[in-house]
Amino acid sequence: MSEKNRSLNGVITPQRKNEFFKSVLGFIRKNWVGFALIAAMFAVIFILEQILPSSSMLFVVLKKGAIYALVAVSMNLLNGFTGLFSLGQAGFMLIGSYTYAIFTIPLEARDAVYQYFNGGIIKFTVPVPVALIMAGLAAAIFAYLIGLPVLRLKSDYLAIATLGFAEIIRAVFQWDKLGPVTNGSNLLKRFPSFSSTLYPFFVSGICITIIVLLINSSYGRAFKAIRDDEIAAEAMGINLAKHKQLSFTISSFFAGVGGALLAMYQTTVQAAAFKSSMTYEILLIVVIGGIGSVTGSILSSFLFIASSEWWLRFLDDETYIGSFRVPLLASGFRKVVFSIVIMIVVLFYRQGIMGTKEISVDAILRFFRKLFGKESREEAA
Amino acid sequence: MLRITDLKVNYGGIEAVKGISFTVPEKSIVTLIGANGAGKSTTLRTIAGLVKPRSGKIEFMGEDITGKGPEDIVARKITLVPEGRKIFPDLTVLENLKIGAYLRKDDITDDLNYVFDLFPRLKERSWQLGGTLSGGEQQMLAVGRALMSRPKLMMMDEPSLGLAPLVVRNIFEIINEINKQGVTILLIEQNANMALKVADMGYVLETGRITLSGTGAELLENEGVKAAYLGT
Repeated sequence: MSEKNRSLNGVITPQRKNEFFKSVLGFIRKNWVGFALIAAMFAVIFILEQILPSSSMLFVVLKKGAIYALVAVSMNLLNGFTGLFSLGQAGFMLIGSYTYAIFTIPLEARDAVYQYFNGGIIKFTVPVPVALIMAGLAAAIFAYLIGLPVLRLKSDYLAIATLGFAEIIRAVFQWDKLGPVTNGSNLLKRFPSFSSTLYPFFVSGICITIIVLLINSSYGRAFKAIRDDEIAAEAMGINLAKHKQLSFTISSFFAGVGGALLAMYQTTVQAAAFKSSMTYEILLIVVIGGIGSVTGSILSSFLFIASSEWWLRFLDDETYIGSFRVPLLASGFRKVVFSIVIMIVVLFYRQGIMGTKEISVDAILRFFRKLFGKESREEAA
Repeated sequence: MLRITDLKVNYGGIEAVKGISFTVPEKSIVTLIGANGAGKSTTLRTIAGLVKPRSGKIEFMGEDITGKGPEDIVARKITLVPEGRKIFPDLTVLENLKIGAYLRKDDITDDLNYVFDLFPRLKERSWQLGGTLSGGEQQMLAVGRALMSRPKLMMMDEPSLGLAPLVVRNIFEIINEINKQGVTILLIEQNANMALKVADMGYVLETGRITLSGTGAELLENEGVKAAYLGT
């Protein structure tokens, strides 16, 4: 590389060499290292699926983790990047999952699913990808309408209003009079779902990529400016109402898609499950990962799901060592441990795992370059 | 260039500006001086569109801009350097500057270079977060950010606030420099001495009214101004 540089320019200035290096690195990063890593990840998952039994906890964690990662990143877009403290995520997921389920239950299964409502009133289905997008759109439309009045509120008031909205949605979807559409408080089931772990990874991956592109665009910069200082942002000509509305709507779109994926994962959907505790779980993931870090949210999402579904399960089981019963371990103790974890995080690690930093291929490459650079200097000496 | 006629503004329930009129000629430096609560900041915030006036008229380049939103005002090339700098602490210096050009759709490379020439410090620190800069550097960033919108009129709210005397002098030199390149400047200051020295025209604001006006040099010599604001 430096040979070529020398022959072209005669003399290499450190500056030019640095810039050249940077552009090459940028090219590599953008064009194949990232893709190679993603391809490798998919390949590993594919191989694992061939060799491990499909009932392995690993797949539960990977599937649910990927879905929660999407919802956590969408919440982070709002809370971490735009500074809007919203607690409506479960409500938007509910809208997404119901929209998906309602429009994909096969016609022949409708009579059985809507057994109390004469097979429901919707008599058509749409393909799964279309339904996923519809799920996002439905959540986004609701978010837009709710945003009109609610986004005038700030901080805690916004949190209370959005939380209230999510609870109202949950109640409305269980309302008997809406039964022909929502099946009232009964389960929705028999809609198409996925069996491979690659599916949620693929959909979440696309969605998170779109969110990251948005955050890195000039819109993302405007969101961060609003988060940092509303008055200064306004004085720079950023339309506060418009940008807040945009961030809220987009965040809800992806929460809706996340909800649809969750429906596919669970294979059944019931409005009663979308409690505010689901929002808190996602909030916990965002806080642990670092408010304002996309990769932090993704990382902590897998950690959280792995802990709650797998590693910390033993906390809920009564355990005996010989005839000695280990104290405290009983059903529900896991939740207590999580509550303590969130208190510790809030008190001592307010930055979370990542703070506002990101893990990037670039950073990893820089690390290796440093290592490599050092080695080559030693060789020269 | 900018003509304010009988402007009245209510702010926080009280009448902060009680009918002021003044003009800012093109390519000049005009300063409003006055004590705390005289209505200086409110006047600037009203021109910037952040506060709606109760009555009166604001004209810019012959166009009525009274009551327009901040987006429209910035698009008309009027920009505000807010009081207390208000840079974005969690954005990098470069991002802060780019936000300054948010409404522009054209290429901003030249303007970035211009700002970096004006403030070499900012170039050195372009990857640092705004919040990690010193007070003087933050003021430079606030001015640089405002310049990124390529303003015709730059309004500055107390640029010397909380800065060391040497840094203040530096900032005023920069103000002069920017003015020489054709940007009209409306400056409000409590540091009346500094402000009047650079200003072509000055207005003294007292409890929402203009009580005195004149060229910078005239006001510097005025006994009333000396006693009240210059402390000599």
